[in-house]
Amino acid sequence: MSFLQNSLPYILAGISVGGQYALIAIGYTMVYGILRLINFAHGDVFMAAGMFMVFLSASLPLGAAVPLVLVLTVLLGFMIERVAYKPLRSAPRMSVMISAIGVSYLLQNCALYFTGGLAKVYPQLPWLSDTVTIFGAVTKRVTLITPILTLILVIGLSLFIKYTKVGMAMRAVSKDFETARLMGIKVNSVISSTFIIGSLLAAVGSLLYFTNYASVTPTSGGMPGLKCFVAAVFGGIGSIPGAVIGAFIIGICENIIKGLGWTTFSDAFTFALLIVILLVKPTGLFGEKATDKV
Amino acid sequence: MKKALALVLALTMIFALAACGGSSKSDANTVTIGVFEPASGDNGAGGKQETLGVQYANSVQPTVEIGGKTYNVVVKYVDNESSNDKAPSAAAELVNAGCSIVLGSYGSGVSIAGGPTFEAAGIPAVGITCTNPQVTEGNTYYFRICFLDPFQGTVLANYAYNELGVTKAYCLNKLGDDYSGGLVKYFIDAFEGLGGECVHEEFPDGNSDFTSYVANAKAADCGVFFSPVSTEAAQLIIDQVVAQGASFPLLAGDTWDSNVILQAAKGKDVQVTVTTFYPEGADASFDSSIKAWINGNSTNLANNGGDDTVAAVTAMGYDAYFFALAAMQKAGSTEPAKVMDALWSTEINGVTGPIALDQTNGDAIRNTAFVKQADTATGTWIALDPVTVG
Repeated sequence: MSFLQNSLPYILAGISVGGQYALIAIGYTMVYGILRLINFAHGDVFMAAGMFMVFLSASLPLGAAVPLVLVLTVLLGFMIERVAYKPLRSAPRMSVMISAIGVSYLLQNCALYFTGGLAKVYPQLPWLSDTVTIFGAVTKRVTLITPILTLILVIGLSLFIKYTKVGMAMRAVSKDFETARLMGIKVNSVISSTFIIGSLLAAVGSLLYFTNYASVTPTSGGMPGLKCFVAAVFGGIGSIPGAVIGAFIIGICENIIKGLGWTTFSDAFTFALLIVILLVKPTGLFGEKATDKV
Repeated sequence: MKKALALVLALTMIFALAACGGSSKSDANTVTIGVFEPASGDNGAGGKQETLGVQYANSVQPTVEIGGKTYNVVVKYVDNESSNDKAPSAAAELVNAGCSIVLGSYGSGVSIAGGPTFEAAGIPAVGITCTNPQVTEGNTYYFRICFLDPFQGTVLANYAYNELGVTKAYCLNKLGDDYSGGLVKYFIDAFEGLGGECVHEEFPDGNSDFTSYVANAKAADCGVFFSPVSTEAAQLIIDQVVAQGASFPLLAGDTWDSNVILQAAKGKDVQVTVTTFYPEGADASFDSSIKAWINGNSTNLANNGGDDTVAAVTAMGYDAYFFALAAMQKAGSTEPAKVMDALWSTEINGVTGPIALDQTNGDAIRNTAFVKQADTATGTWIALDPVTVG
């Protein structure tokens, strides 16, 4: 019992942060699956969602602010794709990547301008921010809600991809971009819907993440973004279940390492893991073997 | 078409260069004081409050008489972004602006990083609230008007051991941060010297998940959580301590003496105690006039964190400005080298107490630290008894 009581806070924190990472990692992995693009701006979209919430909640009731945050974040993700990536569709892949890095810095610096460089306190969401006790471990309710909500969203997303027409189109485009286009699939709208889903999940992730760690800075997206990217690679980039499992593993390991007293190395571990995975299993846990198309 | 574009770009660059050349020309009757402070990054909030003190002092006394001639004081502000990498280039910007003396910075790390630039240019710098000993050690061009971390660490350790009566302390600092790392080290030295026991951990840059650190402190049965980190991390730590229902009090150094902390702790079941340079209320006329000045301008109010609490760093910034003016008057010149010679023997009576420097490193001779506790019901500081050592 005392072992459970001592280790439970770390495991709970790990599962919770893992769920939040998972929601962001899905955005990385889906965009990669379809465009073969690592969307470096995704972590900053997550940060922007936090900023939207901070500014909107100052003037609107929470009931209106939360849906509006989701809508604005989706709009931001959509606009980024339309303005910064779509014109570069036929350009070399490196150009799109550089464009993504550019968007990332643009968002960070816009946030820097609007906040004046200071950390903003994230509003308390009623119910979610409440404190609860489970088996003697005290935590916020959001810690318990996160993994459940994450699983519901992931299952919903999997069903969406499997059974709807857009989902089928997404799978087709990710299999073969050119052929899909020849078959009459509107590739651009498929790509847009990918960005919309990714941004929506990032917005939900940011609601959960910042409720737990209630301070938003212009660089808040940096570390979570990088770790989620690692999670996506770890699980096999392009694979949704892979990204989710990768995110949970990283979140839990990170917190257990802190619990063991090696706090200094908790981040080093994440990136060491990335290197090891790439060496042992270059395609990640659930990654598809790359087959050369002739 | 392309040639025309290239021409336009080239012309823009030439004009930009010309503009640079023009701005560095200084008027014969002005003297420039550089302010080397963070306005963004981890320490942005504190840096802005410290800068406010200088701005207010400048509005109170915009001219100075040096050697029988009246000079307009121009204050040049740069943002060192709380980053040790950016600090040298921000410092170089001040050197290029032809400053006679530089004030700052909030945060010891940036001061240590920017110090060599001032030394190479022969411009004296006066640290306002950078408390790490390494700022002035081995750099004859860096002075400071605040107390040092070995002193502050000892005061805090004594407070924890004697006043709070705890024997086990949890210490947390940011990895690679000169300020928090230094202060934690001196705290541990003093606390263990008193017979206490410390658990020491560090968190990496960019970390915002403090769950496990608080859980570690709880698991180790620590009686006090000592974490003199930046106010950004402080908000998250306070939040997490409350979320986990931890019963230990939080203890920190001068950085936490900020309304950011008051806002984070307001209405929560948590005890926060800090050591600081100036308790609000110590000089009523200074307090009331600076409050009026802060409230009179929405930018100032925003820079002070949205209310008119007088932070200790603001009072220190105010004193630093007058200390710099006094040094220049004593030197009878605006030449950096002469100002530096005069600094060693400059003395003023500031709102934060009398300021004089010692002759070894140019550190302030101060032996009193003020102790404040956050009143979580009203969101204000309650002054406790000041501690005098030696």
